[in-house]
Amino acid sequence: MPSSVMPMPRQGGGGGPRPPAAVTVTGLRKSYGDKTVLDGIDLHIPAGTVFALLGPNGAGKTTTVHILSTLVAADGGRASVAGHDVDTAPDGVRAAIGVTGQFAALDNLLTAEENLLLMADLLRLGKREGRSRTRELLERFEIADVAGQRAATFSGGMRRRLDLAMTLVGRPEVIFLDEPTTGLDPRSRRTMWETVRSLVAGGTTVFLTTQYLEEADQLADRIAVLDGGRIVAEGTAEELKARIPGAHVRLRFDDPAAYERAAEVFAGAARDDENLALRVAGDGGLDALRALLARLDTAGVRATGFSVHTPDLDDVFLALTGRGADTALHPAEENQR
Amino acid sequence: MSTLGYTVHDSMTMLRRNLRHAVRYPSVSLGPALLPILMLLLFVYAFGGALGAGVGAGSGQDGGRAGYLEYLTPGVIVMGVAAGAMSTSIAVCSDMTEGVVNRFRTMNISRSSFLTGHVVGSVVQTLAGLLLVVGVALALGFRSGAGPLEWLAAAGLLAAIAFAVAWLSAALGLISRTVESASNKPLLIQFLPFLGSTFVPTSTMPSGLRWFARHQPFTPMTETLRGLLTGSPVGSAWWISLAWCAGIGVVGYVWARSLFHTTTKR
Repeated sequence: MPSSVMPMPRQGGGGGPRPPAAVTVTGLRKSYGDKTVLDGIDLHIPAGTVFALLGPNGAGKTTTVHILSTLVAADGGRASVAGHDVDTAPDGVRAAIGVTGQFAALDNLLTAEENLLLMADLLRLGKREGRSRTRELLERFEIADVAGQRAATFSGGMRRRLDLAMTLVGRPEVIFLDEPTTGLDPRSRRTMWETVRSLVAGGTTVFLTTQYLEEADQLADRIAVLDGGRIVAEGTAEELKARIPGAHVRLRFDDPAAYERAAEVFAGAARDDENLALRVAGDGGLDALRALLARLDTAGVRATGFSVHTPDLDDVFLALTGRGADTALHPAEENQR
Repeated sequence: MSTLGYTVHDSMTMLRRNLRHAVRYPSVSLGPALLPILMLLLFVYAFGGALGAGVGAGSGQDGGRAGYLEYLTPGVIVMGVAAGAMSTSIAVCSDMTEGVVNRFRTMNISRSSFLTGHVVGSVVQTLAGLLLVVGVALALGFRSGAGPLEWLAAAGLLAAIAFAVAWLSAALGLISRTVESASNKPLLIQFLPFLGSTFVPTSTMPSGLRWFARHQPFTPMTETLRGLLTGSPVGSAWWISLAWCAGIGVVGYVWARSLFHTTTKR
């Protein structure tokens, strides 16, 4: 176990079936002026798990993180983090959490090492421990070779790593990661994922917000879908996937006449007239595909392209938030031609 | 550690951070000293002959360039304190617009330490800049009859002015949404010494302006410093100066503090 993470949190007394909650939220509300950002959300996040809050821009993800990390006061409802009420015991919350926001929160004028030492000083770690902790985190996040360079000169990925390292100086029990991989290249994204996994392996609770469904699917034990200030669905990735229609095959045509003929052949298929595409229900298995292509051949219709679609979180998301779930094309489906 | 102990510890950490910035970017931290030094050179060499004759006659000092240098030096030193306002408000505002303040706010640290670090850091930087100004004045031939006690009192007065100006500038930095506007707002403070007894005695001004010049805070401050360094009469100026410092400092402190506590994320 890396020495930089917390040991497993103590389990609740009596060995109850439910582990202690790291975050509990009931009826949380927040508006800015006329605009309701959070319209009564409830969350229960067991300690030592990864929770993902998934939603489009403007859904209220960042506001939720701000309230839970004591940056912003809620208008209504209750929230407690690591056993401390955010409203009545904010210092208790602050002592238990680490926050890495969407934009790297570091001191650009200081070097990477000085940034970490600043955290150690503010956490009152003492000189020796502060130095050893700084060294350890510089190594772990692979920024030791640039430790003496100013943070302003760092690339996006390095800034994010330094930011997370600063968050971890105090060995927080609960970590909030607000869109931790937005704007990162794929390699940095994978590194971030590895880091999150190692944190959880060490018993830390991670509260993650993301717009990337793959990210939630990869990392989270439980996912809540936030849209328009409300939780529209919550569960494991599997549970959410089970809530949406099954697999389908999408057929694309260039020629409107061919499209119409195919629509007659597959009378039950959903039409997408604008794109001349048909959505035919089916599990995408080899035999089903063979049968489908045979029917096209028999009818003498030539399709320009086809794609097999198995349900993923994208579908869940689109189905639940109702934004273009049926009409919008997925980028992955546009790769024929 | 007690609550006070935490506050002191965290404020010292923030002060070290501020001074590290200052040492790394001397052009920013010593920049405010540039204006008074340029004024000193310009007014002593270009205008000193003429002004010295006029001012000398008006204030009872010896005329000429040397006399004017003696009159002007305390004024530009006070001007140097006012010039420090801009770097304070810029430093506070740029911290606020970057994410680092939100990190501080999610940590279990003394809330006031962030502003205290900035303000004390500004006072230290301003006083360091003033050493440069005094150095240039001495090089130009300024000679003070002040003893150690007067110099000490002068340093105390300047520190008090710097402290008051820094709290007010911190508040100006907090109400500014961009660094550009944070650099504009303190211009008023920086300009105020021009409408006082910095360059010419207020008695030479037209009546309306004269009233303003006599009653604005920098005039008694300048007169007090002038008295300490050159032996001119101080009168009631010293306690009026200290009252202004206390008033500006308290208003700036309360304003900045409440802004910092209520400002949510930008």
